[in-house]
Amino acid sequence: MRHILAVLVENNPGVLTRVAGLFSRRGYNIDSLSVGRTEHPNVSRMTIVVEGDDLVLEQVTKQLHKLVDVIKINDITSEEYVDRELVLVKVGADPAVRGEIIQIVDIFRARIVDIGQRTLIIECTGDEGKISAVIESLKPFGIKELVRTGKIAMLRGHKFTSLNEFKEEE
Amino acid sequence: MKLSGAEIIIKSLQEEGVDAIFGYPGGQVIPFYDALYDATLKHYLVRHEQGAAHAADGYARATGKPGVCVATSGPGATNLVTGIATAYMDSIPMIAITGQVPCSMIGKDSFQEADITGITLPITKHNFLVDDINDLARIIKESFHIATTGRPGPVLIDVPKNVQVESTNYKYPETVSLKGYKVTMEANKAQVKNAVNLIKESRRPVIYAGGGVVNSGASSELYRLAELTSSPVTTTLMGIGSFPETHPLSLGMLGMHGTKAANYAVTDCDLLIAVGARFDDRVTGNIAEFAPKARIIHIDIDAAEIGKNIRIDVPIVGDVKNVLTELNKKLEQTESHEWYNKIIELKDKYPLAYENNGKLKPQFIIEQIYDLTKGEAIITTEVGQNQMWAAQYYKYTKPRSFISSGGLGTMGYGFPAAIGAKVGCPDAVVIDIAGDGSIQMNIQELATAVQYNIPVIVAILNNNYLGMVRQWQELFYDRRYSHTDITGPDFVKLAEAYGAMGIRVTEPGQVKPALKQAIEAKRPVVIDFVVDREENVFPMVPPGGANHKMLGG
Ligand SMILES: Cc1ncc(C[n+]2csc(CCOP(=O)(O)OP(=O)(O)O)c2C)c(N)n1
Ligand SMILES: [Mg+2]
Repeated sequence: MRHILAVLVENNPGVLTRVAGLFSRRGYNIDSLSVGRTEHPNVSRMTIVVEGDDLVLEQVTKQLHKLVDVIKINDITSEEYVDRELVLVKVGADPAVRGEIIQIVDIFRARIVDIGQRTLIIECTGDEGKISAVIESLKPFGIKELVRTGKIAMLRGHKFTSLNEFKEEE
Repeated sequence: MKLSGAEIIIKSLQEEGVDAIFGYPGGQVIPFYDALYDATLKHYLVRHEQGAAHAADGYARATGKPGVCVATSGPGATNLVTGIATAYMDSIPMIAITGQVPCSMIGKDSFQEADITGITLPITKHNFLVDDINDLARIIKESFHIATTGRPGPVLIDVPKNVQVESTNYKYPETVSLKGYKVTMEANKAQVKNAVNLIKESRRPVIYAGGGVVNSGASSELYRLAELTSSPVTTTLMGIGSFPETHPLSLGMLGMHGTKAANYAVTDCDLLIAVGARFDDRVTGNIAEFAPKARIIHIDIDAAEIGKNIRIDVPIVGDVKNVLTELNKKLEQTESHEWYNKIIELKDKYPLAYENNGKLKPQFIIEQIYDLTKGEAIITTEVGQNQMWAAQYYKYTKPRSFISSGGLGTMGYGFPAAIGAKVGCPDAVVIDIAGDGSIQMNIQELATAVQYNIPVIVAILNNNYLGMVRQWQELFYDRRYSHTDITGPDFVKLAEAYGAMGIRVTEPGQVKPALKQAIEAKRPVVIDFVVDREENVFPMVPPGGANHKMLGG
């Protein structure tokens, strides 16, 4: 089963290597990992999608906790959450098919962010299902280049993956 | 007070109570060594950085205090790696300080640059690259805190040369604040209760004690638990000494070269109380057949150990000493004559034994060492048959009296570790039980022992073989002794060349007099025991086999 972990880490150099190294050395399977800064300048947040049964996940979480730079881990898989990915797709777009592409873009509420002579770059955000669907729909036009971020995710409502000390300030 | 980075390192070490460090200079630590020139901190110059790491480790294991080693950047730092990994696998508190090229040169493949924080990432509990002198004292404070609390382990601090040279206002921090570092010391009350219930229901309990008991200083609590519950105690290699092997409830070591009594008792028990141990494959054999009838209580400070290798019925995360204290408070004296008698019977029926055919037997030498030192010595070991015989035939009664590379199995560990142990415990008789192969891996430290007159005894069980590998070849590879027939120097002459004492022993009758002479010499001594060559270590669980199906013995 796939699990989504929201992980707060100290924003120290090498923290990504520590986390990635832990996964590879212990043979855990990362589906995706995305990382960026948070509302607090010293804290970064990773969203890690990892494949494994409950026993594996228990080990992953415990081993992650042992890293000194890891502050907090939330397995949000079974909670209510919002998740998003971002994709940029460069498709072949001869004038003859541009209309059709623009229709698809509209349906998915995606955006065209670059127009070349023979190509378009399309930007789309959404959950994994939507991203996959938009990619499928664009395939017939010839995908020249594709880049997608890993998943980022956040709990809905009043639940937080945040540091207690910061919550109180809010 | 304004101090240079180099001075800050020395002051901070002294602030932490460090009285001895082991190291080797080089280009990127010259500023540190320059500050050391005027300092009162005692430094031991080793002959190879691996020796420094093992000496720091041996010092830590013997004293319980963190060991400190120092090396220069590049090759100096990489030479520490085996020693750091050795300490990591056995959860030993250690601080490794390395020089690094100046910050402005990092990442440019500069002369003697190696990414030592990258290299040691998987073999340290944590590591730091100090890129700002204003962080130096705080990082040293944090390093000692991380190395010595929770599950101990090595921490490496990489200090670029410019940071050693620059200066800043020095104040050693009084507290540490690490958001991501938490240690669970106290046991969960409900789980303690569950454990108490399992213990009460049990008819055939066995305690399986590991290095965590030693690290936590919990020997007397373990003793109390064993007596309260009338449980026999078996230890891992790392747990040796945590329970007196002279006690009627002692089963000795379990696992691949454990006693038959220990392996049979674990196979038969209905409750296994694992204390500060991690179900290593050398302990469990085929894990599906390990303690098959038992429910398992697992006490460990590292939550990640629980459920890692085996299913646990009652997990208790916490400091072993605290947990056992809580547990003992809630237990009443129980007696199970049937199980006790069974244990005594097993021990009587399957003692450790070897064939005494008049030749010089390695096991006999260990027995003689025990006889002479009455269990009061600190024994370190190399790796191989020598290590297993040292574990089997000496009766350890005190924690920290057996010092051996368990998890990594590092040949060349025992001798520098003995030097470190002797520095830490100058009043103890310290003996490295060595193999002729292993001793050649760090033999250069004889010069260190002689220079500082550190009177350790190296007892080489010389079989002119990489004996343990040869044993596997004999048993599982059709006696094809591929590259295990190893030669060595004349160890007596070699010892003398280094300025140490050398003694050769070829007959059983010479063993005791030679040992006496070595102990009385009060200087470094190498004894070359020329032993019966093809002796094997038994009993033995073949790799991957079930613990109750042992060969030999
Ligand atoms: C650094 C290192 N290299 C290789 C090994 C594999 N190994 C384990 S035991 C052994 C033989 C050791 O020979 P010796 O020191 O003579 O001890 P003996 O078994 O003969 O007592 C070897 C090569 C090891 N444990 N460590
Ligand atoms: Mg040998």
